[in-house]
Amino acid sequence: MTRAVSAVATFSTTNHPLTTASENPKRAAVLIISADRGMAGAYSNNAIKEGEQLAALLRERGLETKSYLVGRKAVSYYKFRNRQISGQWTGFSDNPTYEDAREVADALIEAFILDAQVDVNGVDEIHIVFTEFKSMLTQNAMARRMLPLEVVESEAPAPAGLLPMYEFEPSSEVVLNALLPRYIQARVFNAMLQSAASEHAARRRAMKSATDNADDLIKSLTRLANAARQAEITQEISEIVGGADALASASAGSE
Amino acid sequence: MVLKVELVSPTARVWSGEATSVSARTIEGDIGILSNHSPLFGVLVDGQVVIHGTNGEATEFKVSGGFLSVANNRVSILTESIN
Repeated sequence: MTRAVSAVATFSTTNHPLTTASENPKRAAVLIISADRGMAGAYSNNAIKEGEQLAALLRERGLETKSYLVGRKAVSYYKFRNRQISGQWTGFSDNPTYEDAREVADALIEAFILDAQVDVNGVDEIHIVFTEFKSMLTQNAMARRMLPLEVVESEAPAPAGLLPMYEFEPSSEVVLNALLPRYIQARVFNAMLQSAASEHAARRRAMKSATDNADDLIKSLTRLANAARQAEITQEISEIVGGADALASASAGSE
Repeated sequence: MVLKVELVSPTARVWSGEATSVSARTIEGDIGILSNHSPLFGVLVDGQVVIHGTNGEATEFKVSGGFLSVANNRVSILTESIN
């Protein structure tokens, strides 16, 4: 998919609205993907924090930010601070489907197509904050610019030689028009899946350390209980022995 | 030469293997791909994709929109949904 997009983008000379950067950007959309439920350590917090940093960066450039949120954690964070939310989706953070991704992507693309100079709902840039899943142990919250696309002239040679000279059917404009929204959907879907995997990994790790802590606690409390029981028994024995001694000495004295 | 074909939906690889020809419906009409076809990128409309495998079997899929890309005897069909 990425290869196809880069092929189309490289070989088309057309200026598609989705690839051209606005001369004078006014507003940027930030999509933050977080979890629906807690108990996942710092997972949601990291994503939200990364989003805050990105928003600060955008404000420095003189852009207004519009927040699009996925996951109940991000929504409640923004609601609690009385911030405006442009779009929110919840209920699928641990198992996103392509339909969910399409819904989110379509809302973003719709806002992007509106002219930000005249329409308050339009945006010039779309950024996405998600958690990259590297392994079960490492997950990184990261921010990426999704739109406008950048045609990157990479220094490294293409892995399988040159990109083939594609013929486009019917024409490169039509292909690009049809392809780019799908590309955004695929990007959003990929980000959601990575975030979901990271969420599960983070939750597993959080639960593992909770279990370990509980085990430690059980161990030390069992020791404490045993010591207390032992002390009680020792005291009872010494009381009995002391009582028997006293009895024995009392009856010996009366004889 | 045979074609290496992949039919992919967002969630799964539906079909992959070798084929002698592939036909699909693009915006401009039906198109058939044989081996050594020149690189092509097409937009599909709702319709059928027929893959004629090397074993002589023809497999049909109903797709709703998508893309067809052909390069170096590899055919990838990306689609939103397959019935």
